[in-house]
Amino acid sequence: MSVAVEHVAVASAPRPKGFQITPGRIGLYAFLIISALFFLIPLLIVFNTSLKPMDEIRAGDIFDLPIDPSFAAWAEAWTSACTGRNCEGIRVGFWNSVKILVPSVIFSILIAAINGYALAQWRFKGSELILGALMLGAFIPYQVILYPMVRILSTVGLYGSLPGIIVVHIIFGLPVLTLIFRNFYSGIPIELIKAARIDGAGFFRIFFSIMLPMSTNILIVALILQVTGIWNDYLLGLIFAGRENLPMTVQLNNIVGSVTGERTFNVDMAATMLTALPPLIVYFLSGRYFVRGITAGAVKG
Amino acid sequence: MVGTLGRNLTSKAVLTPTIIAMTVCFYGCMAWTIYVSFTRSGMLPNYELVGLAQYDRLWGDNRWHVSFANMFIFGVLFITGALALGTLLAVLIDTKVRMEGAFRTIFLYPLSMSFIVTGLAWRWFLDPTDGLQSFVRSLGWETFEFDWLVNRDMAIYTIVIAAIWQGSGLIMAIMLAGLRSIDRDVWKATKMDGIPTWRAYLSVILPQLQPLVITCVVLLAITVVKSFDLVVALTNGGPGFSSDLPAKFVVDAAFERANIGQASAAAVMMLMAVVAALAPYFYLVRRRS
Repeated sequence: MSVAVEHVAVASAPRPKGFQITPGRIGLYAFLIISALFFLIPLLIVFNTSLKPMDEIRAGDIFDLPIDPSFAAWAEAWTSACTGRNCEGIRVGFWNSVKILVPSVIFSILIAAINGYALAQWRFKGSELILGALMLGAFIPYQVILYPMVRILSTVGLYGSLPGIIVVHIIFGLPVLTLIFRNFYSGIPIELIKAARIDGAGFFRIFFSIMLPMSTNILIVALILQVTGIWNDYLLGLIFAGRENLPMTVQLNNIVGSVTGERTFNVDMAATMLTALPPLIVYFLSGRYFVRGITAGAVKG
Repeated sequence: MVGTLGRNLTSKAVLTPTIIAMTVCFYGCMAWTIYVSFTRSGMLPNYELVGLAQYDRLWGDNRWHVSFANMFIFGVLFITGALALGTLLAVLIDTKVRMEGAFRTIFLYPLSMSFIVTGLAWRWFLDPTDGLQSFVRSLGWETFEFDWLVNRDMAIYTIVIAAIWQGSGLIMAIMLAGLRSIDRDVWKATKMDGIPTWRAYLSVILPQLQPLVITCVVLLAITVVKSFDLVVALTNGGPGFSSDLPAKFVVDAAFERANIGQASAAAVMMLMAVVAALAPYFYLVRRRS
């Protein structure tokens, strides 16, 4: 590879306006295209297979395009894919994930925004310490906390319930979200707050009528971070949600893992696509915000 | 003065639930786990202290040895792999390529997906009977063999491949942002000195991005310690427990084998791994400031 880089770099050395066709330039594009294939192939194969009937899958191989592409397997995955003896489809997990996602996202962002605002604009002795402790908490592996958390939640009667898993998501989302909002609100000039205070506005008044309207960008980042993070969660849902509320990722793994009779690869792969789709849509719609959200949240989970 | 007190009160009151949740759920639970790792706990917690007995037993457990060693194999290969591929892609994209947006989108999209989805996709692609191996054989290369997924000695490397696939985009995005923030004058200076661009990248530009590289390494190292979903979906720790990782060892010990003492001791080892990964970072940050 170093050879290719060398040529590439030399070719682009003067950063030319026009495009010269040099061996280096060709090597560069060749490498980029091979990399693109590496990144695309696994998901394309899942998608490709989900469009084929089973006899076609058995007869051919993974790269064969479907003769007569159909979403029949998607419909089957949605309405009647089986987890053990339960054949109600992955829609059960989808709706469970929605039920977990919506309140978790709203409450975690609201609480973190107010926390961040308090820590940035209404500092007091010890507020930096709180932020530091919160940040360090984000580095503790879940495995260290899981079992005692289960005991605490069972004591208060929330273990294995929808409110239980929502509370868990809110708590685990706090460190990173609070930091994001604190950094954002630290950038807002203190004069603004002072002026509002002179006008008699209080903590919440200033937050809801001045801060929140200015926070659109950071709210979008937080929203992307939480929606993809909570949708993609597996471990917390597995442990805390309880049998009735298992999120889509857990149900997907159960569907693929439960072998009753013949494997229906097309249905398994359609279920995988359905699970992957919501965060993929968020990704394609959000563009640059996504990178900001992910880099901000990379310490989490 | 009253105003100052009042505003502090609201701020403190608002933060109180967070402080309680953090203290109890993060630090309280951590302290509990550390304490329990020194007790006689088995199926149920038992608060009688027995010193290092749990750790003795843990380090006598072959499965734990494999998990812990796998964490290092996975860690070293995944961190170097993702860092190298991500940085290389960032540099290549930085040289003004056509369709930059399309390439960036393709390299980054795996990051938006669940590790479960990534694991399943790679499991099917690498499956010897249905995936890549059978495809290559159908092309006429009858003896082609790629059975890492079901091979005891190689299964852990399939996790490395899938993790690099998922994680390189993040490194690319971070490094590309860094490359774009390099001062134009630096480039001009290297041009005037007649330094070839590839040399400029290696000896001038990338060294300037060292803080970003360190951030990337920390992010990747934390992913390594926390990796659970990917193993569950891709190999489920198998064949046998040959591709097990500590994160999975702890969950299995706590929730399947119901051995709280062993789960706690293993979790404390994970915590120590995180501390070991973070300590150099904090040391560097302190020294710089």
